[in-house]
Order: sequence, then structure tokens, then C-alpha cells
Amino acid sequence: MALLEVEKLAVHMPTLRGEIPLVREVNFSIERGETLGIVGESGCGKTMTALALMGLLPDGAIPSGAIRFEGENLLALPEDRMCKLRGNRLAMIFQEPMSALNPVHTIGHQIAESLILHRGMYRPDAEAEAVRLLELVRMPEPKARLAQYPHQLSGGQRQRVMIAIALACQPDILIADEPTTALDVTVQAQILDLIHDLVDELGMALVLISHDLGIVGDITDRVLVMYAGRVVEAGPTVNLFRRRAHPYTRGLFGALPEPGRDRGSRLYAIPGTVPDPWLVPGGCAFADRCQLVEDACRAALPPNVEVGPTHAALCRRTDVTA
Amino acid sequence: MLSFTLRRLAAFLATLVATSLVVFLVLEVLPGDPALLMLGIDAQPDAVAALRAKLGLDRPPVERYLVWMAGLVRGDLGISHTYGTSVAELIGERLVVTLPLALIAMSLTTMIALTLGVYAASKHNTVGDYGVMTATQLGIAIPNFWFAILLVLLFAVFLGWLPAGGFPGWDQGPIALKSLVLPAFALALVQAAILARVTRSAVLEVLREDFVRTARAKGLTRTQTLWRHVLRNSLIPVVTIMGLQFSNLLAGTIIIENVFYLPGLGRLIFQSINQRDLIVVKDVVVLLAAKVVVINFIVDLLYAVIDPRLRTAR
Repeated sequence: MALLEVEKLAVHMPTLRGEIPLVREVNFSIERGETLGIVGESGCGKTMTALALMGLLPDGAIPSGAIRFEGENLLALPEDRMCKLRGNRLAMIFQEPMSALNPVHTIGHQIAESLILHRGMYRPDAEAEAVRLLELVRMPEPKARLAQYPHQLSGGQRQRVMIAIALACQPDILIADEPTTALDVTVQAQILDLIHDLVDELGMALVLISHDLGIVGDITDRVLVMYAGRVVEAGPTVNLFRRRAHPYTRGLFGALPEPGRDRGSRLYAIPGTVPDPWLVPGGCAFADRCQLVEDACRAALPPNVEVGPTHAALCRRTDVTA
Repeated sequence: MLSFTLRRLAAFLATLVATSLVVFLVLEVLPGDPALLMLGIDAQPDAVAALRAKLGLDRPPVERYLVWMAGLVRGDLGISHTYGTSVAELIGERLVVTLPLALIAMSLTTMIALTLGVYAASKHNTVGDYGVMTATQLGIAIPNFWFAILLVLLFAVFLGWLPAGGFPGWDQGPIALKSLVLPAFALALVQAAILARVTRSAVLEVLREDFVRTARAKGLTRTQTLWRHVLRNSLIPVVTIMGLQFSNLLAGTIIIENVFYLPGLGRLIFQSINQRDLIVVKDVVVLLAAKVVVINFIVDLLYAVIDPRLRTAR
């Protein structure tokens, strides 16, 4: 039994125009100590998938399928039991460290809060533990931080605090949603190294959401490539980076700036834009932007073609490799 | 913080001087004889002359103003023409009714408004939210004196639980407190309705913030998140309106104290204006101006207590 098993996860948002599918048919599983990357453009359903795992979907959004955590389906769990898992065994780090911390509470209070909530600790003990956590995330002068407020910290420091909050109860699964997007490039590397080290050290499972292929390539074992709410390619990171089976995956890689490329040559951009969720066509959602498109692609959803061990792509033309 | 307090103090004094100047100019310097105004046009000429002497109207305006100011500083507010007692004493004995009344009304306002506002926000776009919005709309529409009469009919006449009016004095203890309950509710209604709406929209706005999701991700329930993380962040607009309402409360007490026959400051103002007791009116207006400045100062301090980001800005 895998630590976390996601089966046919879908998220729909009912609106006046009908139900909008935000996430469809997402399947994956993850073990302790494993790291999974989810990549794709903005609006492809990465964050919705993560929020579904935490049971924190926006009001009105309806999940379906199954998310089994140690065999138990989280989607069927009552809210009070879900609250006992959140922040305790499942933790999440968000994209915006600037706004993800409460501006009117001290750092110490915000870290201690989950310890008091889940561990039943008393405040002095919880604050001592908060200092230890701040040391763990390599925060300079951890003791002095307890009485400080978020606005007195830099972006990188705030993200360290967020990580400390997420790790407070030693979760089994850490979900990091674009944890470094809002940070300076130098700070990005530090925070990623930190997350990577801590995952190794504490033996958690990590779900890393990013649009940055470099980051995902560096620290994940497996990758899901998402497009318009669906997983279009999934496989071991090393294999997937070597053999990019889906045209969209190749497009993502093509859009990366590379050192040594001719100066002045234009960066590749995938033509067109992600279709709006309620306009996703019946067949392959990528068809309108794909150079290999065939009539059959528009007629029906392409099959999930195995292109290597545990490596598959949702495409008719996996025979083309470059 | 020190410079902030000093600046506030300067603003406080400036406001008092400005108010007192306007009051003095309108009542004593502009054309029209204050003594004649106080006694009425049918007054005997010798009575008018006697009052003119008593008020010191024969002296130049600048001197009169300075004498009045010096008196204010010493706490000597003069002798009321109609009551024949010291104005300071008069205000003092009225304040012991009006101040508790205002504080009770304000506490009721706050309790009702925060509960309803947070509840409505947490039930956004459901029956509960619509219910609160309708009720507060009604509360804003009902004039408070009419609501006061309804309260008297129900709780004093029909149920007989509370007195219909009058004030027995604080030596009567609980009975005195009981006679403030209905007036306080009557005062609180409109204010609570407005404040509940302000609270609701402030809470709704904060609920969209990222840190609310962080709090939920920690494992806090919706209700815990609301009270521990959302409420304090939405208090700035709420406290602003509360300050204005507390300043306005006195206008409310003029009406409500008349409905309930309470010997409070509102009734004193009403009576002194009726009897053209300019000595009392002058002093009370300056006192009210001072109160507004003090309340604004307290509101500013509360901002800093609520939001640490506003502490360093000073």
C-alpha cells in the first residue's frame, strides 16, 4: 500500500454556464522518501490538484475519484478528521511568502500554533520547539525571530518560516506549491536546497509543484506533466527528461533559455494559449497548438501510450521523438 | 510613539481652542445681545442689565474669552443661569448617567455587531447571510426613538421586567443599572446594524487573503480560523466606525434620554438650549469637542494595537 494513492482525481466547479472541469483523471502514487514533481503552465490544474490533496479546494469546487492516504480515502473523510491530518500529517507550503503569513501575529505564535493544536503542547514548550524548527530551516538568530512580525522579515526568511510551520508536526507528506517562484534567484536555490535536504533528512514524501523544469529535474524522482487539467505525460524524471514523449512536454523544454544558444535567436514559445477550462475541446486539449495534430486527435481523447517503464504519454504520436 | 503622543496633544489643544473660539464668536460676539437672548424679548430692562453685568458683557470680547479659557483650565466653568449651580457640578452629575449609558450601549453594539457580522461573512451567500443583511437593513431604517417606544411597550408595559423611564440614582445599585438597559438597547440598535454590515464586508475581504489558507492548512477549523486569524485583521475599518459611532452617541442620547426621562448630559444639552442657558451650552459644546478628539486618539492607539505594521510607521 502506497503512502498516498491518487486515483481518477477530478475537480469540477459548478457555474451558471455549467460545470467547469478543472482537473480530470489524475492518477499517481507516492511513497515515503519519494519526490514527485508536477509541471505545467499556469492554469493547468497543478494547484487545484494540490489543494484537493489538502482538502482545501475553493468553496463550491467538487472533487471526485479517490485520494487514499495510508489506504483511507481523504475525499470521504469528515471535515473534523481532515482537520486533524492537515498541518499534522499533510502539510503545504504556498507560493507567496509575502501574503501567506498572518501580518498581525508574531512568527513564534504562528509556528507554535500547529504544535499547540496537534500536539497539545503548552505555549512555552511550543515556543522552544519553534526555535528548534527555525534552526532546522537555517534561520539566522532563531530566538530573536519569535517576537518578530512577518513584515520585519525578507521574502526568503518568510518562506523559511512557512517551511518551519509546515514541518512543525513532522508531516508524512509535504506539498510545495511553487515554493520559490516569488523569490530572488539566489534565494530560490537556497530554499530548494533546504527543502531537498529536509525531505532526505526527515524521510517525508514531497509533492513539488513548479513550472520550472530545472528545479523539477534537480530534485524529483517522478514527474507529471499537466495540461488543461489532465496529466499528459508521466514518468521517472530521468527517463522523461531524456525521452520527451508528448509534444507539449517537448514544447515546455523548447521554451527554456539555454546558455550557448545563438544570441538574438528568439526563444521558442508554444503557439496559441491554454484553452479556457470550459472550452476544452472533446479530443486532445493540446490539438490546436500541436504541430503533429491529426484528425483523430480532435475526434477522441488519445490513448495513454506506454513509452518506457512506468513512463506513459497521452498522445497518438509517441513515435515522434524530437 | 512619544512624538506621536506629542503631536496628538498639540492637535487636541488646537481643536479645543478652535472650537471654543467658534462657540464664543457665535454666542457672544456676533450681533445680538446674549443677555437679551437668555431672558427673552419680554424681559425687564433692569433684569437684562443685571445679567449683562453678571456675564461681564460690558468688558471687551478678548478679555471675556481669556477669562472663560482661564476658568476652563482651572475647572471653573461658571454658574448656570437656570440651575443656579456650578456648571462643572452640573456636568459631573449628568455624566455619571450618560457615560455608563454610552459605554453599555457601545458594548452592546460591539457584541451584537461582531457576532452578526462574522456570522454573516462565514455564511456568505446563504440564508443566514441574507437573514442578517435583511435584519440590519431593518435596524438601520427604524428610528431609535420609535424603537425605544416599542421596547418600553414590550418590556415595561407588557412584560413589566424593566422600568419604563427615570433614573433612581446609583445608590440604588442594580435598580439603577436596570433602568439603563432599555435606553442602551435603543441606542445600540441602529449602530449595531451599521457596524454589523461593516464587520461583514471587512471579514469577507480578509477571508480572501492567502494567510487564511495557511491557517486552514495548519489544521484549524473554519471557525477557529475566523476568530483567530481573520477577525483581528478585519478590525481596522470596524474600529474606525466604532470611534465615529461613539462620538455620535451623544446626539443619540439627547433623544433617548428624553424618551426615558434620564437625567443625563443629552437631556442637559436639550434643556439648556431650550432655556437659552448659554453658559451651560458654551461649556458643554467645548466638552463634546474634547471628547471627539480623545476618542480619535484612542482609535489611533487601537490601530497600533491591532496591526503591528502601523507601529513602526509612526
